[in-house]
Amino acid sequence: MDYGKLLSKTVVNTEKSGIRKFFDIMETMNDVVGLTVGQPDFVTPWHIREAGIESLEKGKTYYTSNAGTMELRVEIDKYLTRRFGISYDPEKEVIVTVGGSEAIDIAIRAIIEAGDEVIIPTPSFVCYAPITRMAGGTPVIVETTYKDKFKLTPEALKAAITPRTKMLVLPYPNNPTGAIMTKEELEGIAEVLRDTNVLVLSDEIYAEMTYGRDHCSIASIEGMKERTIIVSGFSKAYAMTGWRLGYLCAPAPLTEQMLKIHQYCIMSAPTTAQFAAIEAMKNGDDDVRMMVDEYNRRRRYIYNGLKGIGIESFEPEGAFYIFPNIGQFGMSSDDFCAKLLYDYKCAIVPGNAFGAGGEGFARISYAYSIKHITQALERIEAFVKSL
Amino acid sequence: MKSEILKLLENDAKLSPAQISVMLDLPLDEVTAAITELESNGTILGYKAIVDWEKTERESVTAMIDVKLTPQKDKGFDRVAEKIYNYPEVKSVYLMSGAYDLSVLIEGKTMKEVAFFVSQKLAPIDEVISTATHFVLHKYKDTGVLYDATLDIDERGNCN
Repeated sequence: MDYGKLLSKTVVNTEKSGIRKFFDIMETMNDVVGLTVGQPDFVTPWHIREAGIESLEKGKTYYTSNAGTMELRVEIDKYLTRRFGISYDPEKEVIVTVGGSEAIDIAIRAIIEAGDEVIIPTPSFVCYAPITRMAGGTPVIVETTYKDKFKLTPEALKAAITPRTKMLVLPYPNNPTGAIMTKEELEGIAEVLRDTNVLVLSDEIYAEMTYGRDHCSIASIEGMKERTIIVSGFSKAYAMTGWRLGYLCAPAPLTEQMLKIHQYCIMSAPTTAQFAAIEAMKNGDDDVRMMVDEYNRRRRYIYNGLKGIGIESFEPEGAFYIFPNIGQFGMSSDDFCAKLLYDYKCAIVPGNAFGAGGEGFARISYAYSIKHITQALERIEAFVKSL
Repeated sequence: MKSEILKLLENDAKLSPAQISVMLDLPLDEVTAAITELESNGTILGYKAIVDWEKTERESVTAMIDVKLTPQKDKGFDRVAEKIYNYPEVKSVYLMSGAYDLSVLIEGKTMKEVAFFVSQKLAPIDEVISTATHFVLHKYKDTGVLYDATLDIDERGNCN
């Protein structure tokens, strides 16, 4: 068989995610202290797990309706109203998906075809450009900078819009930089978009993880709901990554089409996870608070720890990552991270894995215990002192 | 602020004031002063290690004893409780609502030793009407800590 002839060139030419690179090496070594993982270290709160288990005991092992159980969709609407002041019709504007990832996929695929441009601010999570290309579209990368605290500026957005632009991906709170966009900053973005026919794909999976201020959704800004697709999920807020459950909210003419893709390739999101998620949204607010308070303490701890070592970072305001500037050490991100791993047994992710603008930085996750973070900081300090 | 500090220390007594000051974004001298105050006014009563003695050579048994009492005039149960908690082998004494009055947690080397304590020291106290001794067969969780937690292996995948 000549597989090379068979395989789709688009897929073959798609690069593997760079996030795993050092993680895979780390797995082969002993005594490595890693700060690489992009998921909570908490276990799903017991009452939520129990709701999933109970649904299994009661034999709820069927497919649900394509868009997810109505009870869950109603809870999602209530949650968004309660937390962010935005409301969606559970009948027509909410789709329960297999993680936020599927939501991103069906949103892009329902909108983008050959010749369309998608504006993607980077550094950001790695999936937007590959999915855009697989849909036949063209990613238009807008580099955000340390100077701007890795926020998307209205000027940069304006400069990137062409007649072929169909979508802006808005990945805030941001993985890997920890940047957020405030209400005022989103007003500026909205101002640029209001007179255009450009949609916003707002990836709000880290919405609960903001520090010092509440997350603001661009959909809550005047005139923006009609042009916004919100993608979110249960993974980060409720420590439910393995349940694979997310959701998407958008105007009905969009969800109607997205639901077709979901229907044909997924059918319906996992039923057990949906029952657990109902419990999460009904009774999980306190758990979220508890976890976010803990992330906040770790955030301050690692920010100050790095500062003490002499590594500057801007203070992250969201998600659970810090994105220190390692350019001062005169090495590429890859070299810095490789040396740190091989010589000092501490694993972090090179910033260039997250696209243009990430070179010279590294992503450090603080979804780890203080004890673990302390150990890692000691190793980073020893490494930096040796330079 | 104090309750935040207490929550952190209750969870991990080894955190230093410097670490706490960073984690809570408070000045170091304020944290140090607060901890000193909490220690001196008896809010923080002590710092101890949680030991799983089953993992050591040392023989040890724990028993929970339900004790029924006749209350004393004017003193209620306080005087009897004092008599009981002064024995060093008694680890905790709680006044309970419900079917009995005191719950006494005692630790000894052997079941025989515990039985001796109950029959020779506890039961003969005048106010004690009856005792019921329950031996702990295995500790799953104590003061919020899991005893059988598997070693701390991070099984999380690195997907995003």
